[in-house]
Amino acid sequence: MSNRTPEVEAAAANPEIPVPRGSAAARVRRRLSGSTASLVALVIAVVWTVPTAGLFISSFRPAEQIRTSGWWTFFASPEVTLDNYRDVLFGSASDGRLASYFVNSFVITLPATVFVVGIAALAAYALAWTDFRGRDWLFLGVFALQIVPLQMSLVPLLRFFSQGVVIGGVQVLPAWELTGAMAFTNVWVAHTIFGLPLGIFLLHNFIAQLPKSLFEAARVDGAGHGRIFMRIVLPLIVPALVSLGIFQFLWVWNDLLVALIFTGNSAETAPLTVRLAELAGTRGEAWHRLTAGAFVSMIIPLLVFFLLQRYFVRGLLAGSVKG
Amino acid sequence: MEFSFLNELPKIVWMLIGIAVFLAVIGLLLVLVDLPRTRRDRWQAFLFLAPALLLLLGGIVYPGVRTTLLSFYDRSGETFVGLDNYLWMFERPEILQVLFNTLLWVLFAPLLSTAIGLVYSVLVDRSRFEPIAKSLVFMPMAISFVGASIIWRFVFAYRPADQEQYGLFNQIVVWLGGEPRLWLLEQPINTFLLILVLIWVQAGFAMVVLSAAIKAIPADMVEAARIDGAGPFNLFFRITLPTVWPTLLVVFITITVQTLKVFDIVRTMTGGNYGTSVIANEMYSQAFQQGQTGQGSALAVFLFVLVIPLVVVQIRRMRKARELA
Repeated sequence: MSNRTPEVEAAAANPEIPVPRGSAAARVRRRLSGSTASLVALVIAVVWTVPTAGLFISSFRPAEQIRTSGWWTFFASPEVTLDNYRDVLFGSASDGRLASYFVNSFVITLPATVFVVGIAALAAYALAWTDFRGRDWLFLGVFALQIVPLQMSLVPLLRFFSQGVVIGGVQVLPAWELTGAMAFTNVWVAHTIFGLPLGIFLLHNFIAQLPKSLFEAARVDGAGHGRIFMRIVLPLIVPALVSLGIFQFLWVWNDLLVALIFTGNSAETAPLTVRLAELAGTRGEAWHRLTAGAFVSMIIPLLVFFLLQRYFVRGLLAGSVKG
Repeated sequence: MEFSFLNELPKIVWMLIGIAVFLAVIGLLLVLVDLPRTRRDRWQAFLFLAPALLLLLGGIVYPGVRTTLLSFYDRSGETFVGLDNYLWMFERPEILQVLFNTLLWVLFAPLLSTAIGLVYSVLVDRSRFEPIAKSLVFMPMAISFVGASIIWRFVFAYRPADQEQYGLFNQIVVWLGGEPRLWLLEQPINTFLLILVLIWVQAGFAMVVLSAAIKAIPADMVEAARIDGAGPFNLFFRITLPTVWPTLLVVFITITVQTLKVFDIVRTMTGGNYGTSVIANEMYSQAFQQGQTGQGSALAVFLFVLVIPLVVVQIRRMRKARELA
């Protein structure tokens, strides 16, 4: 998206092209506005970078120094340690023990991503290439669901997991009394539900643009929809699946609200975000843990960001209304 | 108890089972789809759509209706109370404060994020450092609101005046000859500091989208204006701004919707204390911490109602933009 810079355009807009100018004053003013512009850009860049850099530097300073001096003094007497990371990842439970929550984050995020991509691809295909009455209305309905804030679902959905479904005093579906590792299922289902409207919408846009002749030829050869989907459609929509996958992965990894409610804040299933928010609340001044802990939670998103920036941007732009 | 990977193993195993079962179900479904030798699509479409429809009906449509109904009932969900929960929202001073805070968020966060994103993308456009300059501002978009909040809490960290400051903001205040303060407790400044965190995250989004729009401005248009002697300001207000205006509105509305739902930042920065709560945070604490299901539901419905007009405008603009393209 951001790499669309044809040389022609750049050359045409090159500020170095000599433009006839009236007075010297105009030239001065132009140069002045040029340097003001650079200054403003620089200030923004600094404000956007320095807070993160400060936290990052602090996370490698000895706890004693973090407590007694600002991170900007680091450059005067650099002293680096990995103790903060060791403590916060593997130390006692009250230190955070983030390694365990890191695993939780993964165990929540990976299935929630696979489920959404898989189910959305099937639904998007049916909405684009099968023929039945009411198809367009159904698509419109799914599209409209994107705007419902997830706050509208939280209370009833949580009740569904904890009490099952009771209609007229009759227990129609039992409560999900999942314990131990199986309790992850609740949060998978919740994230899958909230990811679907956007996922179906994105993939539908992509799948609907495939050429019709592709399907006609396969139909003539006697292939059913299942085969067409597997053999023809899936290989062609891989880029869209990746974009959606990355967006959903980051959304779930970074989410706090859904996790707070559907993991019940238990050490067994809560992800990094929940634990960090909790540490920030109860141990607000334990900065040696919070600094390192924050970076433990950011490392995966940052890797995705730097390695898969193009997919990331595409998914992000498409999914900006979610939630 | 030490951290040991063995304790984590059941989770990983359950995750793999979950994914395997899912893939098996999907595989079975794809086989079932092709079994009947009929040319009618209805059965096949139904199977393809069944998992999605089941989840959407059970997870969004039905709960949405249920939440709306619950907003007319008391905390037990059994006694009908009419509009009481909604009247409660507009009568209680602390909830009025919540609504007012949300208004502040909506007034400032989208406007400033969009403005900063626009100015920055214009300034770095076609400069030598453009890729890296954009990466720096866009990076906060990748991390969680919780992470961003911790970054900024550290900036606002406070030490008493007789000790050395380690929060950058208070240190700057001290350098300028001021007194360090607990900024996150100072009303009403603290709400603005929380808004700053959202701006810090969302400006990158605005910047990337607007930058793409700026690059799409036809080169000959810019050149023609230059030859006519247009300076940078003229160029910006006569060419750039009018051309990217539709994109600007889409960005603005998108960020407004996000702002209305802001939860994580408030939760992590102040926990909604010290007069900083907003609707989404209040909904959480009413429904899930205080067990006030009716009041929490009313807040959720109110949030939904606030979002609807924005999304309608958004969809209309998107459709128009698509027709133009």
